[in-house]
Amino acid sequence: MDEIFFDKRALELKYQMPLGKISEFFKGLENGKIMASKCVDCNEIYFPPQANCPNCIKSKIEWVELSSDAILETYTIINVKPTSFLKYPDYVVVIGKLKEGVKVLSWLEIDDFKKIRIGMKMKLKVVKREENYYTYEFYPAE
Amino acid sequence: MNRAAIVGIGHSKFGKRMDVSINELAWEAVKPALDDSGLSQNDIEFHAVGNLGFWSEELLPAVTVGEYCGFNSGSMKTEAACASGSAALKVAYDSIISGNTKIAMAIGVEKMYNSPNPTVIELIGRAGNYFWEFENFGLTFPGYYALYATRYLNEYNASEYDLCLASIKAHHYGSLNPNAQFQKEISYEDCINSKYIAWPLKLYDSSPITDGAAAVILASDKVAKKITDTPIYIDAQGYATGSANLSRREDFTGLNASKRAAEMAYKRAGIDDPKKSFDLFEVHDCFTIAEVMAYEDLGLAKKGKGVQLLREGQTYHDGKFPTNSDGGLKAKGHPIGATGISMAVEIAKQLRNEAEKGRQVKVSKGRALSHNVGGTGHYAYVTIFSRSD
Ligand SMILES: [Zn+2]
Repeated sequence: MDEIFFDKRALELKYQMPLGKISEFFKGLENGKIMASKCVDCNEIYFPPQANCPNCIKSKIEWVELSSDAILETYTIINVKPTSFLKYPDYVVVIGKLKEGVKVLSWLEIDDFKKIRIGMKMKLKVVKREENYYTYEFYPAE
Repeated sequence: MNRAAIVGIGHSKFGKRMDVSINELAWEAVKPALDDSGLSQNDIEFHAVGNLGFWSEELLPAVTVGEYCGFNSGSMKTEAACASGSAALKVAYDSIISGNTKIAMAIGVEKMYNSPNPTVIELIGRAGNYFWEFENFGLTFPGYYALYATRYLNEYNASEYDLCLASIKAHHYGSLNPNAQFQKEISYEDCINSKYIAWPLKLYDSSPITDGAAAVILASDKVAKKITDTPIYIDAQGYATGSANLSRREDFTGLNASKRAAEMAYKRAGIDDPKKSFDLFEVHDCFTIAEVMAYEDLGLAKKGKGVQLLREGQTYHDGKFPTNSDGGLKAKGHPIGATGISMAVEIAKQLRNEAEKGRQVKVSKGRALSHNVGGTGHYAYVTIFSRSD
């Protein structure tokens, strides 16, 4: 039989993530808006938003609200979940393409998984999670 | 620029290896590689260790493995997710061709069973764009590839049955490889009836959690010829990096980083037609869909025609494009940081005509390729090997 030593030193990892440079995004969520950052110089739109523009190597950005209309590009259903998501029932992760051309990865809230199809219309909305923070999710729009 | 050749190879048994520590596991690859080359530890001028870690306790494996194995060389650990092994190979290869060293070693080792399975699943799922993918949406590693599978199957009229063909092939060769984690054949039914882990991918579409180690010793051309009659040269490497967030990918039917890495490697090695140039392909089949996309990204099949190679059995060892004659990541196992080195070991073994019966490919062109992807097309390394001068 294999001799195993069980570690007596447990490590809890919970990161503290500095998001101050894109705080407008989180303020937007609280007001029901999903914002992207846009470079004032080259007009590139960034989602996930970022504070610096690698495109023209400048850092002057403005905030634009994204339209909520999207088309489903691809999806999966997460059946075997990570430990920190075990409390959720199976969830659908999709990538949707917005009118502006940017793509967003998020959950799709839908009761009947059989109704999901590539090309379906979706709406992107702000949601409040049970952990008491705001994020965004897609909903069917057809 | 010097040429670099593999002069020694070693490979541990892959699987759940709770009988050994990470250092002892690395020894199982390092010792045979030294024996194979006839070199001793003092001959090694630099060693790079491919390892992702997190799930095992040692944070500095290049140091612990190096000391345990008796090296006096400079060292570093390399990280390129599941391509960490190919990154270690790059460090050793670059050190030789630049003339900085005459003999260097690339080791890959991973000890994934030192943490419970759910923790490992969680950790691999975090390998993407953490806040925007994992924190909010709980992606898993199969989940990322499933996003590709859904789109690919839909776009090209392929099915989950087609993907199972890759799994069946992998297990066939795993059954012939004594170092493989899974050594039994599987049936169509085993695969198609296995449970979904991230729809449309099932358990049998997925490579397992694996402990394992592999090692290669590289030497400059002149030194290599003194050490061995069968040096296996590294002709070129190509590499590329893909977007962190999958939402920034152009499409979901192939890995852009793989394509760019292949183009670079082909150009550097002077390969005009990859379809006519290789005896063997070692491709990164962490999931069945990944193998299909690899065929296309490497230029062996046109877009959407990769599944056709599986349907026709063209990627068996006696087919047109022998692929993963060692069982691949799917059946041999996928010890993250060791996988890229394991591919190099298999290629050296095959080009020397030393593979086990039933899986030795016909060596006529004298050239083989490894395709090692990190994450979900986050990193890609394509390496071209040959046995001729
Ligand atoms: Zn700009």
